[in-house]
Amino acid sequence: MQVTLRIQRFNPETDSKPYYREYTVEVEPTDRVLDALNYIKWYQDGTLTFRRSCAHGVCGSDAMRINGRNRLACKVLIKDLGPKITIEPLLGFRIIRDLVVDMEPFFAQYRGVMPYLINDEPPPVRERLQSPEERAIYDDTTKCILCACCTAACPIFWTTEWLGPAAIVNAHRFLFDSRDRAAEERLAILNQKFGVWRCRTIFNCTEACPRGIQVTNAIEQVKRRILFEQS
Amino acid sequence: MTTETMRDVHRATTRGITAYRGYRPPPGMISWALHRITGLGVLLFLLLHIVDIFLVNYGPDTFNELLFLYRHPVFRIGEIILVAGLYYHAANGVRIILIDFWPAAYRYERQLFYGVIAVFLAGFLPTAFLMIRAMLQAGGA
Repeated sequence: MQVTLRIQRFNPETDSKPYYREYTVEVEPTDRVLDALNYIKWYQDGTLTFRRSCAHGVCGSDAMRINGRNRLACKVLIKDLGPKITIEPLLGFRIIRDLVVDMEPFFAQYRGVMPYLINDEPPPVRERLQSPEERAIYDDTTKCILCACCTAACPIFWTTEWLGPAAIVNAHRFLFDSRDRAAEERLAILNQKFGVWRCRTIFNCTEACPRGIQVTNAIEQVKRRILFEQS
Repeated sequence: MTTETMRDVHRATTRGITAYRGYRPPPGMISWALHRITGLGVLLFLLLHIVDIFLVNYGPDTFNELLFLYRHPVFRIGEIILVAGLYYHAANGVRIILIDFWPAAYRYERQLFYGVIAVFLAGFLPTAFLMIRAMLQAGGA
């Protein structure tokens, strides 16, 4: 089938502002959006710039706005979109070129919640054991691939500096881990003005997550923990 | 980086209020946008209301003179819109409280939004009917 891709282009060296360009490609209905983008880059217009790495929904490089919603280009099939497809970069970030945005603020927020296990107790002889029930509590938030689909879908993030859903998801992953000992420090970070309280339960993040993480639920769990533990 | 390219970079940032136009809103975003708009609308009316009640200080005549404003047709229609905003803001406020305090509510977020619309219509339609009827009777008399 033939599809038309309307892609937002921007080259900071020659363009004063982003513009749209249309490409028509011949694809199979079962092809993914990434296949169409690759076809354009390899055979039609080599200047088209976008990120992709594993191309199988695991690395989180090719997050972009597809028909107005944040999706991974490698996980969306052409047949689910129809013959006209609009592709734009993620919102809320500085555009470096075409579909590539500057993700550094996103990773700075991620680092800000200390996304690693903190435990200063003497190491046990063998593993730090954890029951399947304890593991299940934070299972959902271990799935994050840091693609930024959730954070770039958050209307609060578009206008206000705040941690954003992805950083809170990764804080949740350690906050609710029975082996972690830094809950107090992490909760103090999340309890700040730019922390979890900026969330307005809009659910755009949950809708956008390509891994099906219940992002808003994770944020709400952190909110309730701060509320009930610190009062 | 020269100043010129700095400005270009700034222009290409999809931050700020213009970003709202770039996203196809899911129901949750619509519910939030309506909540903000109705919240601001009700606040605006509240400020006006504080001013008109304050005018009581200047005696009953000043107060009564101001009341012509409330009988003006434009304001009567505005009142109907205000009631709509109040009903929506109240119903959606309960939905947000449920999402905040009922741990399983996130699973029914969308159903709760449709519930909000149902509550809104059930409250607003009869009220609007009564208000419009009163308005027409007053206008005809």
